[in-house]
Amino acid sequence: MAAGMLAGFLLRKRKKIISLSEKLVMWAIYLLLFLLGVAIGVNDHILERFADMGLLALAITIGGVAGSILMGWLVFTFVLKPKPGNP
Amino acid sequence: MRNSLIILLFFAAGVLSGFYEILPGWILANDYSTWALYALMFLVGVGIGGDERSLKALAQFNFRIFMVPVTTILGTFLGVTVVYVFLSHVTLAEVLAVGAGFGYYSLSSIIISDLHSAELGVVALLANVMREIITLVMAPLFVRYFGRLAPVSSGGATSMDTTLPIISATSGKEYVITALFHGIILTISVPFLVAIILSLG
Repeated sequence: MAAGMLAGFLLRKRKKIISLSEKLVMWAIYLLLFLLGVAIGVNDHILERFADMGLLALAITIGGVAGSILMGWLVFTFVLKPKPGNP
Repeated sequence: MRNSLIILLFFAAGVLSGFYEILPGWILANDYSTWALYALMFLVGVGIGGDERSLKALAQFNFRIFMVPVTTILGTFLGVTVVYVFLSHVTLAEVLAVGAGFGYYSLSSIIISDLHSAELGVVALLANVMREIITLVMAPLFVRYFGRLAPVSSGGATSMDTTLPIISATSGKEYVITALFHGIILTISVPFLVAIILSLG
């Protein structure tokens, strides 16, 4: 990732290369998630538990969202008090 | 939002083609995911390094702005740990690894299925897509009750791209730099934190 950031920085004026790499990212993601889907599809054990996994995912998401919002709110309201014009 | 739907469609297409066994065996026999993952992380790096707006946001570095992603990371870990107490059949490391996706569903689900299991990878995919969708839908409510930083915290790694427009609209334009900085730091942390958590668990 660091090598990529350096390459991107050096190539930042070459907009075509940057936008090509963004398209490649999208297609790499589509391909990898398609393959993850294939791995799930051939595995009956996972398919049977799909609903449970969705509920587990929802519980973890609610915990993560609530925790990060509360922590950000507490720290920036009581510890690092906001200054005018500086969010 | 549109992108997350496309991604879920590709995932669903994969599930169906795996289930009905319509793919040739060599696709299943080889494991390209690790190399594809390295290529993906390189390309994500190109995206950050090549974006002048991102570089400007990183140049705003100071203690105060740095504390925004730090509180999101700590808050997410605390929140999912509280949830973990009420769960059975999962380990704390698994729950923390899913939480450490911070909404970055594509990278986190792929890393987790590579380092741990396809099953937890799916949980990470669903959980982190939900984080993005919850942020997009609930941002106005979050601002009303928890202040203008809340959609940034909730957005996690997505605060630099997919949830940036809603953050700008609900928190205000003066939060765009904070959101970009926050999203970049979280995006960079996802592969490291997920790998560290899974190696400890």
